Amino acid sequence: MSHGGGGRATAQLVAELFMRHLDNPLLNQGNDQACFPAPSGRMVMTTDGHVVSPLLFPGGDIGSLAVHGTINDVAMAGARPLYLSAAFILEEGFPLADLERIVISMAEAATAAGVSIVTGDTKVVEAGKGDGVFIATTGVGVVPDGIEISGDRAEAGDTILVSGNIGDHGIAILSKRENLEFETEIRSDSAALHGLVAAMVEAVPSIHCLRDPTRGGLGTTLNELARQSGVGMRVREDAIPIKPDVAAACELLGIDPLYVANEGKLVAICPAAQAERLLSAMRCHPLGRDASIIGQVVADEHGFVQMETGFGGQRMVDWPAGEQLPRIC
Amino acid sequence: MKYVDEFRRRDLARGLARAIAAEADPARGYNLMEFCGGHTHAIFRFGVQDLMPENLRFVHGPGCPVCVLPVARIENAIELAERHGVILCTYGDMMRVPAGKRRSLLKAKAGGADVRMVYSTQDALAIARKAPERQVVFFAIGFETTTPPTALAIKQAAAEGLENFSVFCNHVLTPAAIRHILESPEVGEQGRLSIDGFLGPSHVSSVIGSRPYAFVAEAYRRPIVIAGFEPLDVMQSALMLIRQLNEGRHEVENQYRRVVTPEGNLKAQALVAEVLTLRRSFEWRGLGPVPESALEIRESFAAFDAERRFDITPSDRGDVKGCLCPSILRGVKKPTDCKLFGTVCTPENPMGSCMVSSEGACAAYWTYGRFRDAGGTRRKREQAA
Repeated sequence: MSHGGGGRATAQLVAELFMRHLDNPLLNQGNDQACFPAPSGRMVMTTDGHVVSPLLFPGGDIGSLAVHGTINDVAMAGARPLYLSAAFILEEGFPLADLERIVISMAEAATAAGVSIVTGDTKVVEAGKGDGVFIATTGVGVVPDGIEISGDRAEAGDTILVSGNIGDHGIAILSKRENLEFETEIRSDSAALHGLVAAMVEAVPSIHCLRDPTRGGLGTTLNELARQSGVGMRVREDAIPIKPDVAAACELLGIDPLYVANEGKLVAICPAAQAERLLSAMRCHPLGRDASIIGQVVADEHGFVQMETGFGGQRMVDWPAGEQLPRIC
Repeated sequence: MKYVDEFRRRDLARGLARAIAAEADPARGYNLMEFCGGHTHAIFRFGVQDLMPENLRFVHGPGCPVCVLPVARIENAIELAERHGVILCTYGDMMRVPAGKRRSLLKAKAGGADVRMVYSTQDALAIARKAPERQVVFFAIGFETTTPPTALAIKQAAAEGLENFSVFCNHVLTPAAIRHILESPEVGEQGRLSIDGFLGPSHVSSVIGSRPYAFVAEAYRRPIVIAGFEPLDVMQSALMLIRQLNEGRHEVENQYRRVVTPEGNLKAQALVAEVLTLRRSFEWRGLGPVPESALEIRESFAAFDAERRFDITPSDRGDVKGCLCPSILRGVKKPTDCKLFGTVCTPENPMGSCMVSSEGACAAYWTYGRFRDAGGTRRKREQAA
């Protein structure tokens, strides 16, 4: 508990762990805030809380996930992410070695993305009142002039694209949950997408919508965008990329891959005339090489997302009702 | 995905759709009841109805084990967790099912009860072994498919002398439910709805075989085809039923021959018979009491019966008034006939049994098919062909 008390132990933790690994000039000033020049143009700000079990999973951990997720939320406005904050809520007794591993992972993710974690906070809660570690992050960035990307801009006739295989993150997490371990080599797709977004907006500045289909998966994201824009969508199941082992795991568990979480994928909606150009730009980037055109935006007062099944029929892709629970048979 | 993709091929589906269109007599209708929620789910998820002729209607039956469990039994399970302080283990989709006063196991868990989702009876046994100071109850539900693992767990617990493990047994039987539907006034000889044939529950038959359904063909003169759960299985089974009906036959046929035999899995049947026995009557949500339609734990394994170990008081809580589930489960009404459907009754806030699980007729229709009634896009037979 002393590490969260604000005294010597807290200062020691901040100096020896956080500042040592997250080293950058703004953080090193040691103030209660980070002070930096405001760039011209429109600023973007986002905040996110990260609670994931297990904390370490194939392809990542809660630290890198927190950095990637926050950068991606900034990037989905077409913005260049600049700075992050990170607040840690630690459960008493959480091993310092594990915390260090998570902080190093955050530092590496931030460095690789060219983004600095410039301010933060640490609190400790009693044993049993947390789940190891929770991380809350905030990100700021700046949108280049001429870019107008928002979830309410989809128009009938637009084309819908997805940047790669869906469901990898959610299945990687599930595969390591207690009492559900199964043989798989599926790794989380956790990644910072701002580089891919930069390439996309450079190729097609008229992109209407971007969103990363995280918790709730592709199905939820399509419904969110349809509702925000007041349109319907028609997608083709055959066109939605999914790895065979992810599809197999979903079959086994009786869950729909459309609602499984992703952490390194995005959905893009752009004017149909620009779709092929955007697809080419996405496929030229390592994080978009499996990109695919999955459908079209249509006029629909009900805001339904409909799917032509691989089998040749039609069905809805509805909002999920709560958390997906495995079916009994 | 081997053993899955082969049964979802679009070209084969179109070929079957052509064959069905060619054989279906336009002068008559074909009302085919799929007993299992698994079939209902497949029909909606893959849009199978779009490939069928207009005069073929799939009638959605009661075969969802989560949907048919009555409110009173869920109340009992919640009580076990809350009042008796046991570790209550159950399958995932049981967690959200509403009991009285909008309660559910998920809400009981949120309120501090120790309710745990498990993927098999073995998980529940493992929890009991790890926590000898706690009572662990497995909330067992399901048709004949999930019954053998429950029987096995009880036998294992007995062999190990595991005194802190018991089972709250709610396993139900399909043949009795089919008989009940065929004898219901709405469906029987004088009824308003003719069910012309049945798609039989294939996973159930992988355990009990196809023979127990002979009464459907013999006594009630309805054809039944034991049908697999993949969309091509459903279509092929529909074709087999159409042929039987056109030829005036009523037989038990087996489409799911890659798994099902007439006699079924004798070892599993022996295991179930050793540990469990018929209940005289069991309440089904939506259907009411159905004679000899469920199993209970035999006297010789009474020590592992949660109903005997704990003071479980029967609850008289019934279904919601105005809910048409009883008629929907018999195939007499469609989900859209119900005033509650889509208004107060949705998957987020289910009122009746058919909306409870994703395999229920109302939930499947709401989740996958409601665009059809909103000026949607029913595909024409010609397009499919």
